[in-house]
Amino acid sequence: MARVIVDVMLKPEILDPQGQAIARALPRLGFSGVSGVRQGKRFEVELDGPADEAALADVRKMAETLLANTVIEDYTVRVEG
Amino acid sequence: MSAARVGVVTFPGTLDDQDAARAVRHAGGEAVPLWHADTDLKGVDAVFLPGGFSYGDYLRCGAISRFAPLMGELIPAAKAGLPVLGTCNGFQILCEAHLLPGALLRNAGLHYVCRDQRLRIESTDTPWTADYAPGQEVVIPIKHGEGRYVADAETLARLEAEGQVVVRYLGSNPNGSLNDIAGIRNEAGNVVGLMPHPEHAIEELTGGPGTDGLGFFTSILKRLVNA
Repeated sequence: MARVIVDVMLKPEILDPQGQAIARALPRLGFSGVSGVRQGKRFEVELDGPADEAALADVRKMAETLLANTVIEDYTVRVEG
Repeated sequence: MSAARVGVVTFPGTLDDQDAARAVRHAGGEAVPLWHADTDLKGVDAVFLPGGFSYGDYLRCGAISRFAPLMGELIPAAKAGLPVLGTCNGFQILCEAHLLPGALLRNAGLHYVCRDQRLRIESTDTPWTADYAPGQEVVIPIKHGEGRYVADAETLARLEAEGQVVVRYLGSNPNGSLNDIAGIRNEAGNVVGLMPHPEHAIEELTGGPGTDGLGFFTSILKRLVNA
C-alpha cells in the first residue's frame, strides 16, 4: 500500500488569473511580501500494492492521459514518504 | 429526399442539446439524439456537441467527457472526415480530445460572461460556415466562464497562417483569448469548435440578438444534401 502524489500546475507561460486574484487578496488580509501566487491541483493516488517502478510508470501514464492536460499543464509524480 | 441527419450529443450535464436539436430541425434537418454512453453514431451525417457543463466540468472542462463511450466512436469518425461542430463545452471537449489544438482556460477577468457578442467569420472554408461571406460580421450570444483560448506560439502561428481561425471576437475580448480567437477548425476543416452559441440565435421570436447563428446549420445541411 502506498500513496503517490501527482502535482499539476499550469505551465509557467500560461496566465493564471485565479492565482493573481489570490495574490491580490493577500495584502488586504495583512500579508505582505508575496510577489506572486500560482494555483494548481494535487492528486493523492492510493495504490493497492507498493509504489514500485511499474506502478509509478502507470501513475505517470494516468497523469499524462487524464490528470493533466499537457497542452497547458505540467505534472510531477512522487511517492509520499 | 430524406433530410440530412445531424447527431446531437447529450452528456450528463449538457444544457443546450434541446436548442441545438431545435436549430437543426428549424434549418430543415433531422436531429438525432446521441447519448454519451452509446457506442453507436446511428449513421448520422454530422455531429453537434452542444454546450453545458458535462460531468460537472470536474477535473477540467471536457476532460471526463472526452473519454465517454460515444467519444470512442466519434474521435475516429471525425479523423476520417465526419463533420463535427462543438460549441462552448463542445469546443472544450474537442480540445481535450485533441481533435482541435490548444485549450480553453478560465476567463482572464475571472467573470462568467453572458452577452450578445460581435464576431467576424474568418473562414468560410468549412462545412459549418460555408453560408457566410468571408469577413462577415455577426452577433451571436456567448455564455461561459472558461473560454480563454490558448495555444503555444508555434500552433497559434500555424492556425493563423493556414486560415484555421474560423471566428474572431470583435470589440472587447470577453475572456482574454489569444488573438481574439472565438473559434477554430482542424487542418481538414471538418471539425470546428467555437465558444459562441449559434443555436441561440436562429430566429427572432425566441429572443437573442437575431438569426445570425442560423448559417452554421444551413451550411452543414446544404453540404450534406449536396454531398
